Amino acid sequence: MIGGLFIYNHKGEVLISRVYRDDIGRNAVDAFRVNVIHARQQVRSPVTNIARTSFFHVKRSNIWLAAVTKQNVNAAMVFEFLYKMCDVMASYFGKISEENIKNNFVLIYELLDEILDFGYPQNSETGSLKTFITQQGIKGQHQTKEEQSQITSQVTGQIGWRREGIKYRRNELFLDVLESVNLLMSPQGQVLSAHVSGRVVMKSYLSGMPECKFGMNDKIIIDKAGKGGVTNEAGKSDLGGGGSTSGKQSIAIDDCTFNQCVRLSKFDSERSISFIPPDGEYELMRYRTTKDIILPFRVIPLVREVGRTKLEVKVVIKSNFKPSLLAQKIEVRIPTPLNTSGVQVICMKGKAKYKASENAIVWKIKRMAGMKESQISAEIELLPTNDKKKWARPPISMNFEVPFAPSGLKVRYLKVFESKLNYSDHDVIKWVRYIGRSGIYETRC
Amino acid sequence: RYFPLLHGPGVTPKTIIIFELKAELNNEKKEKRKEAVKKVIAAMTVGKDVSSLFPDVVNCMQTDNLELKKLVYLYLMNYAKSQPDMAIMAVNSFVKDCEDPNPLIRALAVRTMGCIRVDKITEYLCEPLRKCLKDEDPYVRKTAAVCVAKLHDINAQMVEDQGFLDSLRDLIADSNPMVVANAVAALSEISESHPNSNLLDLNPQNINKLLTALNECTEWGQIFILDCLSNYNPKDEREAQSICERVTPRLSHANSAVVLSAVKVLMKFLELLPKESDYYNTLLKKLSPPLVTLLSGEPEVQYVALRNINLIVQKRPEILKQEIKVFFVKYNDPIYVKLEKLDIMIRLASQANIAQVLAELKEYATEVDVDFVRKAVRAIGRCAIKVEQSAERCVSTLLDLIQTKVNYVVQEAIVVIRDIFRKYPNKYESIIATLCENLDSLDEPDARAAMIWIVGEYAERIDNADELLESFLEGFHDESTQVQLTLLTAIVKLFLKKPSETQELVQQVLSLATQDSDNPDLRDRGYIYWRLLSTDPVTAKEVVLSEKPLISEETDLIEPTLLDELICHIGSLASVYHKPPNAFVEGSHGIHRKHLPIQHGSPVSAGPAAPIEQAQSVIPSQGDLLGDLLNLDLGPPVNVPQQSSMQMGAVDLLGGGLDSLVSDGHSHRIANNRVYLFGLECLHVHISLFIVYLFPQIWLPAVKAKGLEISGTFSRRQGQMYMDMTFTNKALQHMTDFAIQFNKNSFGVIPTTPLPIHTPLMPSQSIEVSLPLNTIGPVMKMDPLNNLQVAVKNNIDVFYFSGLIPLNIFFVEDGKMGTFLYFFIFFMSKDIYTVSGKLQNDNIYTIAKRNVEGQDMLYQSLKLTNGIWILAELRIQPGNPNYTVKHPPNLNSPHSELRSHLLFLSVEV
Repeated sequence: MIGGLFIYNHKGEVLISRVYRDDIGRNAVDAFRVNVIHARQQVRSPVTNIARTSFFHVKRSNIWLAAVTKQNVNAAMVFEFLYKMCDVMASYFGKISEENIKNNFVLIYELLDEILDFGYPQNSETGSLKTFITQQGIKGQHQTKEEQSQITSQVTGQIGWRREGIKYRRNELFLDVLESVNLLMSPQGQVLSAHVSGRVVMKSYLSGMPECKFGMNDKIIIDKAGKGGVTNEAGKSDLGGGGSTSGKQSIAIDDCTFNQCVRLSKFDSERSISFIPPDGEYELMRYRTTKDIILPFRVIPLVREVGRTKLEVKVVIKSNFKPSLLAQKIEVRIPTPLNTSGVQVICMKGKAKYKASENAIVWKIKRMAGMKESQISAEIELLPTNDKKKWARPPISMNFEVPFAPSGLKVRYLKVFESKLNYSDHDVIKWVRYIGRSGIYETRC
Repeated sequence: RYFPLLHGPGVTPKTIIIFELKAELNNEKKEKRKEAVKKVIAAMTVGKDVSSLFPDVVNCMQTDNLELKKLVYLYLMNYAKSQPDMAIMAVNSFVKDCEDPNPLIRALAVRTMGCIRVDKITEYLCEPLRKCLKDEDPYVRKTAAVCVAKLHDINAQMVEDQGFLDSLRDLIADSNPMVVANAVAALSEISESHPNSNLLDLNPQNINKLLTALNECTEWGQIFILDCLSNYNPKDEREAQSICERVTPRLSHANSAVVLSAVKVLMKFLELLPKESDYYNTLLKKLSPPLVTLLSGEPEVQYVALRNINLIVQKRPEILKQEIKVFFVKYNDPIYVKLEKLDIMIRLASQANIAQVLAELKEYATEVDVDFVRKAVRAIGRCAIKVEQSAERCVSTLLDLIQTKVNYVVQEAIVVIRDIFRKYPNKYESIIATLCENLDSLDEPDARAAMIWIVGEYAERIDNADELLESFLEGFHDESTQVQLTLLTAIVKLFLKKPSETQELVQQVLSLATQDSDNPDLRDRGYIYWRLLSTDPVTAKEVVLSEKPLISEETDLIEPTLLDELICHIGSLASVYHKPPNAFVEGSHGIHRKHLPIQHGSPVSAGPAAPIEQAQSVIPSQGDLLGDLLNLDLGPPVNVPQQSSMQMGAVDLLGGGLDSLVSDGHSHRIANNRVYLFGLECLHVHISLFIVYLFPQIWLPAVKAKGLEISGTFSRRQGQMYMDMTFTNKALQHMTDFAIQFNKNSFGVIPTTPLPIHTPLMPSQSIEVSLPLNTIGPVMKMDPLNNLQVAVKNNIDVFYFSGLIPLNIFFVEDGKMGTFLYFFIFFMSKDIYTVSGKLQNDNIYTIAKRNVEGQDMLYQSLKLTNGIWILAELRIQPGNPNYTVKHPPNLNSPHSELRSHLLFLSVEV
């Protein structure tokens, strides 16, 4: 298991060091600094073995978190734990920065004592941690016996993510369907790979221990229902329409993963998503689709080398969704060679600028409706070089945000049952919105 | 502000800080004390030694402030070991806290106590721990469960004596899922180092309990349980299937470690399911999407996932064969993700997807990262060899890349083109001219060797082949061994093809190889060619220009038994390193090796479990192992006198050497079946012997020799053998007139000089002498072989004693035998895994090393003073205390015990 956990600043000074196992010595702290942080060559693996000691590291801004072990640990678990550790710290004191860590080092030690025992990860849900690890450090004495046992049963219990006795005057929930659409396209417009990775984020403000059931236009469910002759009336989607352009009835989900509150065995057998939600904001599920993706934009590049010292670039973008919808925050990034000496750009819409420090022309458009197209042309002057190596021509990348789900996913329902309290599914106010963003959206040129 | 009145000589600012802290720790105000402890912890974090504050900090422990208490505990955990006596002061407080009404405090006390590794404290821990294991609060029980593992790490015997293991087993049936999970984790860890590996007592009832807890506990608990489940061997396929059914839902968990651990269980239990069953195929289909989803995680998790997918693809290629697109490299992927993806892409390449793959690879070959580009170029070559239909396109892509003139791209391309020539002889030779244009730009041994091989192989089609090869000959001694060997072979080939024009050239290279080189492999090969050519040119032609065996399509495959073991370690570090745990874990952890379960109906053997179909696939992969040899980066051998030319030599030689015996001498990355080579019958004498390394020991005790005591040992320094002795006079009179004589012995050892003791030895005086020895004396076989009988005379009497001469002092410095000669003689049908240089201080040369089921096998040569060669197989088993060979420090790697069956074959050369 994890033998020790160290946090360093960008200079390699240790900010936090907690050793869990006897086989990890103080010299491990230095070994990582010397061999990884101060290494002359860029580190080429997140797992490093130095003198039979293994170091796992992740970086958050310029902070290094390293877990150390001498055993054959579960490597995926160590990384998942480090991510979780970052989440927990962020939820306690915000951004993970040197200053915040220094100011909260007592708290961090307290957390590290709680969420790792002898190197074994324990409960790391911030919701329950916050009930007994507080920055004031005075809780514990003034609690009643009932409160104490409620804390311990929550920390160790089946539903570690929600405490009993939550009350809201207004029962309300918000669903965000956040998708990032990824594309790699050849210069000729052939889709080399495309997938959508989506998340359903829920903000729940519900009283008691509500039992929820989430439904979407999952192809398997819809087909099953269709076959069975039980027609789910269209009015079931009581959550408003979203704004997908296609009239697709259902989508094929390649794979999905769920928050630990979701009963996986039930999903496996009935493909229904049922759970008792944590309070407040959390991620209900992640999913991935690859079929019938709506690609909101198409990029058509044209690069021409004029002699050895000049490049002519023309890029057309076409929006491909309902004209009534508006895409926002559009940015096209056209890479330029390292020996660029000057650039002249003309664009029909938005603003374009050559950024020498980033070796790219950045073209920004605030808004763009569906079924439109726009164009940019640029002349790039090059310095003559005798560098034999060809310019690698990085792909043209694009950023945007659209108000629909490119996968075509729609939320059909989210039912809430709380038998002990006197509110019903109809009393809950429910909201849903769809946001599609660009992930890695690249076109080779 | 006033400073403490301690300024004076010897008081540094550091001691002032300590002094100030001390004062603050003893402050009356609670808040002040807390601040002071915080400062202490801060100092501790950055590595300052604040252990001198121990009593003051411990004084702060008696507090009802939980935060302060935790800080003090943190300090205690760090320093208790260095101050064991004072740590005792804390015991009372711990014991008291274990009775506290607040479960959080009880748990905190027992958790911290387990972290204090002081024997006296541990004694006091037992009673509180026993209570906590039965505590009414689950939080305390789950903490106590882990504490048993802590205690076991400190004092395993005590844990067993106190019956804590049974208490832990009881917790598996606990009503709280987290208690179950922690108990499972603790038991799993303990059983790893415990002789009884089935501590957990995994039976169907317990498994059922675990599966129930699996649905309810935290993500981490699920990982512990799944990892534990993977060690279970279901009794039949029905049980395996029902476990699989209850594990598959975990594949949808958001935590990638839960997913990978579930994959591990399923991959293991798949072995037990009948292949034709529906369930088997459904399960295979279910495995693919979650594996792909792992690739949308954070880069570090992607890396772990990719390393595991690499194993899964080798074991069950059908799972991901449709998914090659997800392994296409993204521009912004970290380099470690890119390299791994590329690896998997090559494995998944097939006729169906080759066009896409090639287009991608071509794209990658223009990227910036040198390693990545090289790998991409290599991958194009692999595609050509793997998918015949694509070969032509691959070759033209490679030619395009050569035109870019980017140095490392050209070199890499030439290396893979050579392999393509091997696979498709007489098909693409038209491009040789283009290759020759780039001759001058090649500066890497691999590429030079590849080019030389091509020139030699196709000498008859290249008009100026002799000029080209001659140009390499100028700097012959500066070339790496690999290039030297290839060049030697290439020129011999050229000579056999065009004997009239190249006689001078071949003589030149043979004399360079045999007379001017101190590399035994090169010399050996040179002599063999020389004799072949001078005795029977026709046979020489048959041998050197014979048909070459085909090269295999897959490379870098992991050896099947290792692969099976790694499959049992999916998700863990072993799967990331692609090494068995005992290769990087020290001590007693992981002494139990994991095996895939065996399907019932196949013969059950006591040995490692390998399903039958795998056993059959072993044979081709042996060739691969040979191939792997050639790819090793061998560090410079330690302490070899003739190091310069040796550096890369030994390894590459091996492949080249083997090749040369069959047909030609290019050292090749691509493996083929060369196993038959070793089918040669060699006659040799087996002598079983142990090397006995002697530390100075008393040969002649004073009571037996009227007060003269002789102790000593044998050694070898600068090529000379010595008998190092200490003469001690324990009598009351002085001793003079020393002389020494040896009886006839097996090695003809005699002293070179008289005993160099010239002054009288006074009572209670000692004198150390080194007696140089040589081996020109009369020989008589002794029993044991290395027995030496000695007579020592002084003015009092003549005394006799005998000692065993450690064999290693007979090992002469030029005991490094040419590798192929070695294999010629030693190996009949064995595969070899790696090559390393060890034991060379003793003139024992490691020729090859391999890994058999986790044991390292070293193959060694050494030569005795009387010209006898000894070849040995040495097995290293970490952590196996069976029996041990005494060894000098240089032979000693501190943590693995070197031992066991030294098997000697001796051959008169």
